[in-house]
Amino acid sequence: MTIDTEVRQIIAEQALLDISDVTAEKSLEDLGIDSLGLVESIFAIEEAFDINVPFNANDPQASDFDISSVGAIVKAVEKLIQDQRG
Amino acid sequence: MRRVVITGAGTINALGHDVASTLEAMREGRCGIGRLDIRDVDRLAVKIGGQVTGYDEHAHFNRQQISLYDRFTQFTLLAADQALAQAGLSFSGALSDRSGVVLGTSGGGLNTQDENYRAVYEDGKNRVHPFIVPKLMNNAAASHVSMQHNLRGPSFTVATACASSNHAMGQAFAMIRGGMADVMITGGSESMLCFGGVKAWEGLRVMSKDACRPFSATRNGMVQGEGAGVFVFEEYDHARARGADILAEVAGFAMTSDASDIVTPSKQGAGRAIAGALHDAKLNAWDVGYINAHGTGTAANDKTECAAVADVFGAHADDLMISSTKSMHGHLIGGTGAVELLACLMALRDGVIAPTIGYEEPDPECALDVVPNIARDAKVTATLSNAFAFGGLNAVIALRSI
Repeated sequence: MTIDTEVRQIIAEQALLDISDVTAEKSLEDLGIDSLGLVESIFAIEEAFDINVPFNANDPQASDFDISSVGAIVKAVEKLIQDQRG
Repeated sequence: MRRVVITGAGTINALGHDVASTLEAMREGRCGIGRLDIRDVDRLAVKIGGQVTGYDEHAHFNRQQISLYDRFTQFTLLAADQALAQAGLSFSGALSDRSGVVLGTSGGGLNTQDENYRAVYEDGKNRVHPFIVPKLMNNAAASHVSMQHNLRGPSFTVATACASSNHAMGQAFAMIRGGMADVMITGGSESMLCFGGVKAWEGLRVMSKDACRPFSATRNGMVQGEGAGVFVFEEYDHARARGADILAEVAGFAMTSDASDIVTPSKQGAGRAIAGALHDAKLNAWDVGYINAHGTGTAANDKTECAAVADVFGAHADDLMISSTKSMHGHLIGGTGAVELLACLMALRDGVIAPTIGYEEPDPECALDVVPNIARDAKVTATLSNAFAFGGLNAVIALRSI
């Protein structure tokens, strides 16, 4: 499974949607994912890829981890995997 | 003063997954205690408990709910649904603002704590699921009941070990009586039958390895149980006005503190709570036909409790019946008083006194009518339910038929 598919699958499960509805341009808000859903998604991403996601729920904007859209999250995860797995 | 009545009851425990099956088991003197089915049970010296069996969380809750509901919360929500269905109440507008939840628990989400300590300490994991805190907190159950049923008045959780649910119900009673609320969802829940939960109790060396035999000379300790009991307490006129089926009146409540020892019970403390509940309910000693005992099956509790009852009731102590249903469902710790109140409702409504099972031999220090082994038909119009917690905190509830 590609990183893109796996991340979208995690988000789809959280949003109770089919993966085909979780497209790159959608925001988490579009998909109906609330703040609890977001931290659970991040946890699932960390578990799936064995990475640490720098994300502070107190101030999501301040984190390096871009959550503005599904596509942005996929890109950020790809970068974290590259950085953290060396 | 406003009167308070019970208009709904729900439960899940080792004897059954609802009130009807639980009362049937109590009538038949059936034992719900068996071999524990938990991880690492072979490393426990105590391998028995009153476990809820035949239970599949996925049959009741979806994945998202399970990630937020510890087993003690699940039990609470199921029992609350039953109680509210029986009461026929739903909450909106002003009633919603005048209704709340007060529940007892001792360990809260202990299974969640146990699993996640295991994950980080034993398995060496460095990451836990993000919802561990909202899942394990002691008020999770009360909060989810409030959220699920739109109860927007006073809600909180009481933790006083083995008296938690009696204290909780006492608060619910006082709040309605005093005018702070019109309907309160109350009772308690416990789920500490996990490796760490049982291991901790083992350490105290008060646990039986074979059975809970309250008041029997052969008793050798307590047996843990799990589950929930939840009731709808409602202001009397409110219940009457909507034609509700009233199960019983909550006639009185008292709580006392021993102010003496962190584990050893006190006859005086227990006696003052019993006498206080009678006084609060304006009951005479001879009005009380049945007492649901705290009756843990330990040497210390049972003789102290019998002595306290004998002191308070005098000659009438020999005429009343006192039984411990812990012999059947085990000790639900913070949820125990709630499940035991069902035995009081059965006495008042069905005229059936639940037995103390496992009774083998009389103990001269427990020389009361403990309804040994077989349920008994009797007409009673007032009952007490005792709970005496570690820490010397005592809470006794009086019910009256209506």
